[in-house]
Amino acid sequence: MKRILIQLRMELMLLARNGEQLLLTIAIPLLLLGFFGSVDVLPSGTMNSIDFLVPGVISVAIMSSAMVSLGIATGFERSYLVLKRLGATPLTRGELVISKILSVCVVQVVQTIILLGLGTALGWSPSQAQWLLAIGGILLGTAAFCGIGLFLAGQLKAEINLAAQNGLYLILLLLGGMIIPPDSLPGPMSSAASILPSTALATVLRASLNGQTTQVSQAFIVLMLWAVAAPLVAARRFRWS
Amino acid sequence: MAVVVENLTVVYGETVAVDDVSFEAPAGCVTVILGPNGAGKTSTIEACEGFITPASGCVRVLGLDPQRDHHALTLRMGVMLQGGGVYPSARVRDVITHFCALYDKGVRPLELMERVGLSARATGTWRRLSGGEQQRLSLALALAADPDVIFLDEPTSGVDIDGRDIIADIIVGLAQRGTTVVLASHDMAEAQRVATHAVLFQHGRIIASGVISELVQARTSLRFSSSAALSLDDLQTEMSAPVVRLTNDTFEITLQPTTQALARLTQWLATQGLPLTHVDMGSETIEDTYRRLTGGNA
Repeated sequence: MKRILIQLRMELMLLARNGEQLLLTIAIPLLLLGFFGSVDVLPSGTMNSIDFLVPGVISVAIMSSAMVSLGIATGFERSYLVLKRLGATPLTRGELVISKILSVCVVQVVQTIILLGLGTALGWSPSQAQWLLAIGGILLGTAAFCGIGLFLAGQLKAEINLAAQNGLYLILLLLGGMIIPPDSLPGPMSSAASILPSTALATVLRASLNGQTTQVSQAFIVLMLWAVAAPLVAARRFRWS
Repeated sequence: MAVVVENLTVVYGETVAVDDVSFEAPAGCVTVILGPNGAGKTSTIEACEGFITPASGCVRVLGLDPQRDHHALTLRMGVMLQGGGVYPSARVRDVITHFCALYDKGVRPLELMERVGLSARATGTWRRLSGGEQQRLSLALALAADPDVIFLDEPTSGVDIDGRDIIADIIVGLAQRGTTVVLASHDMAEAQRVATHAVLFQHGRIIASGVISELVQARTSLRFSSSAALSLDDLQTEMSAPVVRLTNDTFEITLQPTTQALARLTQWLATQGLPLTHVDMGSETIEDTYRRLTGGNA
């Protein structure tokens, strides 16, 4: 436990020193919520636009920190032989992974509080929110996106991983039901989007944060499958050096 | 023996990097693995560190299997990789503090920073350090383990003269305190400065190993540097021995390099008005040994 906390401290210190990661994890979701919350240009179906946006942007933030930020940082650490060097210390691989996931969780707590605060200021009401389901969704989403991010980081060269993570981020951002409702996409694309982890996470958060949880079971199951499968595949295929 | 390597073979795809090598590194001594680039030094070291799974053979470090007993070994082992291994954006002070905390052996970060000569660079990040400073930081991270055995892969590569002195002093000091030091190097002069034992590699195989003072032979020639204008025939007549020009101003006389022979040479040079800028006699260097054993194909 002590080594996990020591490594967590280092992970957070590095995060604070990397401006581009803070931009990705905090500033971009804030800008998305601030802009689209003020300018009503996105389709939001039958929902109030801010009710649609707040859960969607929290999903974007989770994807940013758990997949892109973690994945890119880990990819470069692998290429700089940092992971290899840590492998020669008493810190075990399991402890390293737990430290990284905890650092993501710390970031997500900060992200979520800031985004919920801004959302409330823009008119979103937390009175209907079902927090347990929302927290469950966030944890499953974090596991799923950490798995995807680490899988790419463990397979690709650092520079290719950087491009792949950003490319996937953009695809999931546009097609994953976070900012644009899947129903607004063309037919086949909409069907494909329903099995994406981003769509599932956004759907679960949208339902739980707005208190409309009647049709959330399918999305919850999809999210759970991703949350189990992605970390398992990442653990099996990850190369440390 | 602190490190025992028996019939180790390391294979990458079709390439045999280390081919059936066996050697031992005694406890509390400095053992250097010598050889040119690609000779198999790093693969051997990394098999000892537990990073590489041998295709065959057996490695024991402090009586432990580096892979099966890896965690137990990490508590007693210091490692310096050939390059990298440090967060590029981390400050020197932070990364040393981090590693000291991970090992939790009571090593004080500030003292360690001072020991490797990086106190003045405490707030600098890894990416802003010079190559030599990066090497010293890597060494500091290995020392954070307060290790019983330490593996150093090319520790003086890219290091300036002052940095080399610091690293050499630390290596000798470690052995004096009972730490087993195993280092890989292609810098044979530097290695001979600190090591008592050597393992000479060529093309993934060991060509010689043992105590350095027993590996090197007494010279059978006297080498010296003087003026390029020196007359080989005249000197040959004076010394009654064959003389060859090795480089423009370096010569070799094939005879027992006694003080009498040296006196005759200096007297002749003085009468000719020629300088004597360098003399090499006594035992050969480990580099000479390596060249002798490989037929000059280092």
